[in-house]
Amino acid sequence: MVLLLVEQVLNGLQLGVMLFLMAAGLALIFGVMGLINLAHGSLFMTGAFVAAFVAGCSGSYLLALVASVVVAASAGVLVELLVIRRLYSRGHLDQVLATFALILIFSEGTRMIFGSFPLYLTIPEALAGPVSLPFGLQYPLFRLVIIAAGLLVAGGLYGLITRTRLGLQIQAGAADREMIAVLGVNVSVLYTVIFAVGAGLAGLAGALVGTLQSVEVGMGEPVLITAFVVIVIGGIGSIQGTLVGAILVGLVQTLGAFLLPIWSNALLGAPDVGAVMSSMIIYILMAVVLLLRPKGLMGSVV
Amino acid sequence: MSERAFTVFVWGGLLFFALIANAIGEVYWVTLATRTAILALAGLGLNLVLGNGGMISFGHAVYFGLGGYVVGILATHVQNFIPLHDGWPFYSEWFVLEGTQSMLVTWPLAALVGGAVALVVGSLCLRTEGAYFIMITLAFGQMFYYFAISWNAYGGEDGLSLYVRGVFPGVNTLAPLPFFLLSFAVLTIGLLVVRTLDHSPFGLALNAVRQSPARVGAVGISVRHLKLVAFVVSGMITALAGALFADLNRYVSPAMFSWTVSGEIMIFVILGGVARLIGPVVGAIAFVTFEELLGGFSEFWHIVLGLLLLLIVLFARGGITGAVVTKKASADV
Repeated sequence: MVLLLVEQVLNGLQLGVMLFLMAAGLALIFGVMGLINLAHGSLFMTGAFVAAFVAGCSGSYLLALVASVVVAASAGVLVELLVIRRLYSRGHLDQVLATFALILIFSEGTRMIFGSFPLYLTIPEALAGPVSLPFGLQYPLFRLVIIAAGLLVAGGLYGLITRTRLGLQIQAGAADREMIAVLGVNVSVLYTVIFAVGAGLAGLAGALVGTLQSVEVGMGEPVLITAFVVIVIGGIGSIQGTLVGAILVGLVQTLGAFLLPIWSNALLGAPDVGAVMSSMIIYILMAVVLLLRPKGLMGSVV
Repeated sequence: MSERAFTVFVWGGLLFFALIANAIGEVYWVTLATRTAILALAGLGLNLVLGNGGMISFGHAVYFGLGGYVVGILATHVQNFIPLHDGWPFYSEWFVLEGTQSMLVTWPLAALVGGAVALVVGSLCLRTEGAYFIMITLAFGQMFYYFAISWNAYGGEDGLSLYVRGVFPGVNTLAPLPFFLLSFAVLTIGLLVVRTLDHSPFGLALNAVRQSPARVGAVGISVRHLKLVAFVVSGMITALAGALFADLNRYVSPAMFSWTVSGEIMIFVILGGVARLIGPVVGAIAFVTFEELLGGFSEFWHIVLGLLLLLIVLFARGGITGAVVTKKASADV
């Protein structure tokens, strides 16, 4: 039981790290440009499809990872140049509608190219199979690699934002958009770069998650909505808040799905009640956070 | 054209279309008109919060789905003869809640359930505003979607099939035209209610809240209370549409709760024209027409819909009604 619990905690951590890759891009784009981007899930899907395609052709998973990041970031740049940059000055309603339209275009476009059948990404041989952890726990190596890769990217992103000139501009942009333009930063280039970074992160998340589940049209939006839950819980305005929110949601989701049916079976004799509850638990968590702290756990008053 | 003339023209046009289609024996077209009227009703509900109140709810599938499930669940208990509260605590033979297929019961009940849930969800969502509000309404929509999928007692992922359409005294609901007229009557009542609300002190205050919440607060009106009332009424109207939709298709499924439904309801409002009384009706007519024309032409019609929506948002604000009617809408979100 304890071993099983540890395994579920690791799974939750892995989910949380993936959610962070999605939510970080969304939060960056929202924080700096004030844009709510529903098409972020489409970039996630793009990453997964590119990875599946490249891995299928070349047989190299590493190449597939690189390709997914590059293509997703390029798609992000293209979308930003053609559509998104017209939306910065618009209200949220226009942003929601235009990015919703982008989802329709991305999804149907992908269906036209790859068809409706799901693709599968196989785990590279070197990373397949379980590893032995202390106390006799067996855990899939690949999931550990995902956790490590996710944490590495999170660390890198934190370094980028706190230690580099670009990061300084991002922080300044989040604080006051007009002021950094006045100070001579080329804002439109900065926006494109930030959008590309967010898109690349989403593409990477798609390529990594694509190995754990089937790669299909519409895979992006559930992740997108969960990433919104992460942002609401963590609070917009700090990258740490997003990380905390992501890990929290990942753990609550995974442990809820594991423990609630067991508990409801023990208490009420009905595992179904627990299953229903576990499908709703992260939203209930969100509701509780909203009641207690409407700005999120670590959100600054924007 | 004046907005009033256009409103009457569209309203009468839909009725006329269904009557003509029925007269020349094109029953399928009558069903399309029914579908249009019901979708328009769903959009009418959303327009109240989106257009008049300026609250961008991306979660109206919740109320659409709830309305559908109220009809579906009540009909299921008629079909299997099991009382509604079978297996609950304090069950007794003395007080038995039966299922029902009477539209006079199921439709109002659907609106009530929708309103009750809108009260809870709304009071949570309205603690925030702007982009947060969008994300949270979207997230609660997803919650109900997963709830419907995992609730195996009522069909789970497969949904519920209704053997027959509900009954309404004096109306043969199974025939296409009577059911259209019934749906059209409900839509008309909905339009009248929303129009009355628009011109009432409540509607004026709601309009003012969208433009300047601080000022409305300063006059002594509770902004939050006002928004919540609008949200609840909106949820009730959309839930009613969901109930009619369930009776139309004689089938409900978790897909009614899906976020794409929320997006589509929003498309009706935008295509037709935000904050126009007749906007959702125009939008629903346009949507169903596109779906029929393009859907027959190519299975990838969503890509055309996406491009069209993108162009409207980027270049042609005000929707179809805005292009036809000369006077600007009172609301420019």
